Amino acid sequence: MNVQLPAEKLTPKDFASDQEVRWCPGCGDYAILKAMHKSLADMGVRPENTVFVSGIGCSSRFPYYMATYGFHTIHGRAPAIATGLKLARPELDIWMVTGDGDALSIGGNHLFHVLRRNVDINILLFNNEIYGLTKGQASPTSRIGQRSPSTPMGSVDSPAEACVFALGCNARFIARGIDVQAKELGELFSRARAHKGASFIEIIQNCIVYNDATFASFTEKAVAAEMQLHVKHGERMIFGKERNKGIRFNAQTFALEVAVMGENGVTEADILVHDEKNRVVAGLLAAMRPPQFPEVLGVIYCDPAPSYEAAVAAQDAAARAKGPGDLDKLMRAGNTWDVA
Amino acid sequence: MNLQAHDTGVATPHTSDLDSIVVRFAGDSGDGVQLLGSQFSQETALAGNSLATFPDFPAEIRAPTGTTYGVSAFQINFGSRLIKTAGDQPDVLVALNPAALMVNYKGLRKGGLVILDAGAFKDKDIKRAGFAVDPRLDGTLKEFRVMEIDISTQALEVAKPFGVSQKEALRTKNLWVLGLVSWMYDRELKSTMEYVSRKFGAEDPIGKANLAALNAGHAYGETHELSGDVAPVSMPSVKVEAGTYRLVSGAESLAWGLVAGAQLAGLEMVLASYPITPSSPILHILARLKQFGVTTFQAEDEIAACCAAIGASYGGKLGVTASSGPGIALKTEAIGLAIGTELPLVVVNTQRGGPSTGLPTKTEQSDLFLAVFGRNADAPMPVIASRAPGDCFDVAIEAVRLATKYMTPVMLLSDGYIANAAEPWRIPSMANYAPFNVQFRTDPEGFHPFLRDPKTLARVWAKPGTPGLMHRIGGIERDYNSGNISYDAANHQKMTDTRAAKINNIADDIPEQTVEVGETQGKLAVVGWGSTFGPINRAVFNMRAKGLDVSHIHIRHIWPLPRNLGTLLKSYEKVLVAEMNNGQMLQLLRGQYLVDAKGLLKVSGQPIKIAEVEDAIRSQLASA
Repeated sequence: MNVQLPAEKLTPKDFASDQEVRWCPGCGDYAILKAMHKSLADMGVRPENTVFVSGIGCSSRFPYYMATYGFHTIHGRAPAIATGLKLARPELDIWMVTGDGDALSIGGNHLFHVLRRNVDINILLFNNEIYGLTKGQASPTSRIGQRSPSTPMGSVDSPAEACVFALGCNARFIARGIDVQAKELGELFSRARAHKGASFIEIIQNCIVYNDATFASFTEKAVAAEMQLHVKHGERMIFGKERNKGIRFNAQTFALEVAVMGENGVTEADILVHDEKNRVVAGLLAAMRPPQFPEVLGVIYCDPAPSYEAAVAAQDAAARAKGPGDLDKLMRAGNTWDVA
Repeated sequence: MNLQAHDTGVATPHTSDLDSIVVRFAGDSGDGVQLLGSQFSQETALAGNSLATFPDFPAEIRAPTGTTYGVSAFQINFGSRLIKTAGDQPDVLVALNPAALMVNYKGLRKGGLVILDAGAFKDKDIKRAGFAVDPRLDGTLKEFRVMEIDISTQALEVAKPFGVSQKEALRTKNLWVLGLVSWMYDRELKSTMEYVSRKFGAEDPIGKANLAALNAGHAYGETHELSGDVAPVSMPSVKVEAGTYRLVSGAESLAWGLVAGAQLAGLEMVLASYPITPSSPILHILARLKQFGVTTFQAEDEIAACCAAIGASYGGKLGVTASSGPGIALKTEAIGLAIGTELPLVVVNTQRGGPSTGLPTKTEQSDLFLAVFGRNADAPMPVIASRAPGDCFDVAIEAVRLATKYMTPVMLLSDGYIANAAEPWRIPSMANYAPFNVQFRTDPEGFHPFLRDPKTLARVWAKPGTPGLMHRIGGIERDYNSGNISYDAANHQKMTDTRAAKINNIADDIPEQTVEVGETQGKLAVVGWGSTFGPINRAVFNMRAKGLDVSHIHIRHIWPLPRNLGTLLKSYEKVLVAEMNNGQMLQLLRGQYLVDAKGLLKVSGQPIKIAEVEDAIRSQLASA
């Protein structure tokens, strides 16, 4: 709960710090930063009640560019630091910014636990499928065959799927967006903040230096309509330039498939209606990736459950209901004896 | 009962004046030896004796029965004089099976008393313990007096009528022994009876069986008219400072000290820890103290625990993390972050034998280097060490004071011996402690996060939620004048110097080094730190009584060291450092002061003995 001061309405500029932004020119991070500045202004949050916590990597420089509170921590450990902060100060709005290496490689353990505990933190994973700050090594989301200084003959390790991982961790809010889609990102930020519990957003982010255009097959304007599925709760999963394609469930294969309306007797009624509370379908959607499928964007899964810090605070409050502890009394409880 | 009084000429009289006695209980790890020992300690404390205990148990929770590696032991030294150690050599050994005898009989004082459970000495038990023949028959125990009682049968018979299983009935034998030993030393059974009733409930058959066994053991002593120095001994209470006393373990007093420190600082506390032996009791104790403004968090690993504590400190609470060597090693990068961002943090290290997993349940002092130097880069932080269970309370308060006053992580060194051992403790009154309330920065005028107090060099503590003070901190080097990221060469030099100066200046804020026993100059100073306090203190006291020129210096503030320590050490002809490691304080003192100190170094998992220190003193003073 933020105390809303009757202060002036803040603008996106009010959320930008005075520090010079030092990402490479053309980096997708700029767009995300801008979207965040605007989004926070639109939401009417107070900068003093907002904290950005990050790990290490290009994305993790994010807090320095926010005129809020910020903590740039150590590699992979942002979830743990954010958890401690949230336990100490549950009333703060905490955003965590991380990357594919930070969150899924060195910090995989902590990401798992912050999600399964359901700590009320908004987690933004900038996924560019590469280590940028260390000059271009393959990351845990790099695809098989990715050539890099550490994988000159192509990567041979099987990539992690961020949203599938999050769902496996029992995250209760999972969404995906693209760095340059500011409006959609803004909506996701707003949904994430409103969601009580851990909110996980994978942001597809282009690294212009070490992995440029790796997502072009679905982010390019020319292919966007055919290769992006923007899901909305209660609406059919329809996409395509002609809005004639959709996702349906194949009961024979127990899998999702792309169906074209008007072909082979497919009608709109065959196309699935997105239900963000359906965990089974969320699993299938999270696993759907290009080029076989369109990239699923929007809120893939949202089914709130009690958050961790609230449960901890409730226990603390219950213990304190009988009044504050008396240390002198505590130390004199049990067997004592007096010496005159 | 068969009391063999071997007349071998080696039987020395019992402790000369009976001003103290050492009893060691030993049995299988499932025999309840630790409970037996701690209840006997409780009774002994209530009887007004001074005491020190040494729980000595295996890492295995339930090792196969009858094996030597499954032997659990509990040693208590108690007396009418001030007791400083758990005792070099037991006067009495209670062995509940052959394996317990095998592991412990060699440590017994010649002429000492062995009480055996004859019911546990079947052929296969004897073989399993590694005795080729029955040690009761082949002269193995000829240097001791041996009392055989079929404790198993005695306990079984008395417990059975309560309708408990054979297994439960047999498990009452620890209470039976407690009854017998309580009779031998004239201890009141009341506190144990209350404990059993509380644990099982008044109507529980197991509770009733245990109480019956306790009374039966006591009655056995009375009715069998045990003679000689097995006959009851009454020990007068020790003369100590007036006050209310209790038994306290190091883990308890440390946890309470952290709570006290947080209260004095005016802060709530977040303890984030990961289970590890022998540190876990601190987490367990604090998890039950939520009403004191304590929040506990069992993190997913050691790194997360330290990070969560740092997150809490960033949020304006007192972040604390507690662990043992291997866990502290994992935390080192995060501790560096706390040093760089200059956030308060208390890191408790209950040391154990190493390296790696080492000896999880055995004590050692081998993390001194890790505490003082164990981080990447120039990353100084204060280190302080507790010397005894009760002392942990004040040391914990001091750790909180330094952490909050100087905006720095502080390493508090305890060890497995201190954590598990119990001693009578004069309960402090919080009214006698001066608060050191933290002042958070709230004024936006001229604010940046690395504004420093000109005297302490501590930076301001501004917590999220404060209007107008929004700022960013992080692991990247910070500009001295703004706190913003800076890669500037001169700035890094200045910040490194400032971080070092801030910690070094703490030497002005801690007591000067004093001498515990003896003079501020002379032939020999024995220097110790941590839990070697007891044996060194007693040994120096004993040797001075014999006219030797030796003094005891005990170092509490490990880093920074007290201002006058170098000068003090140089005023002795010789310096001997006694510690349970391979020479870490020794190296530190040699490096800091260029003194030609020598070491009495021991890493056997057992506390240093008084006699070992005495021998070292004699040998130092005998050589030129």
